[in-house]
Amino acid sequence: MFAACADPKSLEGLSWLFCYLTSAKHVGFYWSFLTVLLLLAITAPASLGMGFLGATAARSHIAPVSWLGKIYIWMVRGVPDIIFFLFFVIALDQGIEYVKSLVVCDGGAWPWQGMEFRVCPAAKVPLAKSGPFWHQAYGFLLAVITFAIVFGAFTANVIYGAMNAVPRAQLETAEAYGMSRGQVFRRILIPQMWVYALPGLGNLWMILIKATPLLFLLGVKDIVYYARELGGSKTQAYEYPHGDWRLWYFLGLMVFYLVFTRISEIGIAKLTRRLSHGQATAGGEALRKAAA
Amino acid sequence: MKKLLIATALVAASGAAQAQDVVRLGTEGAYPPYNFINDAGQVAGFERELGDELCKRAELTCEWTTNDWDSIIPNLQSGNYDVIIAGMSITPEREEVVSFSQGYLPPSASAYLALSADADLTSGPVAAQTGTIQASFVAENGMQLVEYATPEETVAAVKNGEAVAVLADKDYLAPMAAESGGSLVLLEREEIIGGGIGLAFRKSDDELRAKFDAAIKSMKCDGTLDAMIVKPEYFGPESNVWGDAGKEGC
Repeated sequence: MFAACADPKSLEGLSWLFCYLTSAKHVGFYWSFLTVLLLLAITAPASLGMGFLGATAARSHIAPVSWLGKIYIWMVRGVPDIIFFLFFVIALDQGIEYVKSLVVCDGGAWPWQGMEFRVCPAAKVPLAKSGPFWHQAYGFLLAVITFAIVFGAFTANVIYGAMNAVPRAQLETAEAYGMSRGQVFRRILIPQMWVYALPGLGNLWMILIKATPLLFLLGVKDIVYYARELGGSKTQAYEYPHGDWRLWYFLGLMVFYLVFTRISEIGIAKLTRRLSHGQATAGGEALRKAAA
Repeated sequence: MKKLLIATALVAASGAAQAQDVVRLGTEGAYPPYNFINDAGQVAGFERELGDELCKRAELTCEWTTNDWDSIIPNLQSGNYDVIIAGMSITPEREEVVSFSQGYLPPSASAYLALSADADLTSGPVAAQTGTIQASFVAENGMQLVEYATPEETVAAVKNGEAVAVLADKDYLAPMAAESGGSLVLLEREEIIGGGIGLAFRKSDDELRAKFDAAIKSMKCDGTLDAMIVKPEYFGPESNVWGDAGKEGC
């Protein structure tokens, strides 16, 4: 990267460390923090959306819709994440390529042949000739979808419970004012349920932050992958030989995660306080008394 | 992000017809000198140079990608890449699920790395990487096996006393012993296991395999393969080479 770093083996002390920490592989490591933050930034709203849909479906008065919502919540919550990440992602990937093959391939041969999955090269997603960036981006997209489905199920359960926790009297009053079912849902139920959902959603957010290393299962190089790869002892075959430094890298990650979860905790606490205003809960009551 | 991806997928799909196909090479990237990720973040090592040369000779455009050793065969079958070039020994068990090219490295010794030269291999577990010929060997020969997902972890297990020794390819372990300042030593006992190292292909990919087979053969015939093997940064002058046996039928 820097001209002074052209011959790392002749360097010593601080300049060695400087060159080491600015090697292309380390730059990849620094970028991977952004990958993780980006994943969280996309996955959290996506899971919330999935959860909201799931909970609304589970509460539906139409029986098949309600079953669909409940089966989604029950199935995904019951399957270990790691199985989901190994099995579901491969199935999703092959499903996408199969559908594409129906459009772009001639012949339409059944792609699952024994242990192998074969579609014509034009049906590959991304195409073999696409650069590494697209392969990473595709893995990232699969990760977002999988995270959204998995965490969406837990979110759905939290929101379902929160919707049921809104006092019946509130809804009844709205009905007495002549609001339709949809109006009660939009104007009364949804604004009030957040305060009940927040503790559960806060927990899920914390778990989601810590679940990001699952990214590596999908071939996306995340911070834990880099910490392991960079920290492992390096022989003279490498430009910067060193011993087993994984401890230092993992300590760095620990600090990152602790700082990040701490900031999240503060944010969640603030949000809880704000949402409790004027609510018929103990938290809302405490705020009212403090103000009075 | 999603819109961007969909847009690109469409662009990529429309441009697929005229483009020359790219062969994707899958490796582990954690097993120097065979293959590793260098400090520039690129795949490097013997297999990088070999793979690039083979692609040149077979007139193919190749792209490198890395994959965990654990799932390296399933991802080949699933079509995420077309060739495994990852120091994979040719064994009958693997031949049931993939098809191998002819060997590009002759069978070489596996060695034990331990904290002292008189380590007793029966006194505790012996480490090996999951799914390797060395792991099978340890399990089948009355030693207690402890498996790790990466080569790095097998060596770390010996350093911190979780295992009495690690069994792996000697070419991987020798630099570790040499650079450890005496804290790690190779045992005298060595094992010859495996039938050489080859490229692995999907069973249905005979056409591609034939191209690489021809390229490997041509490198054996003109001696460039042997010259590459003995380079000091790879396996060194004392390593096994193909020699005249490789030139049969040229």
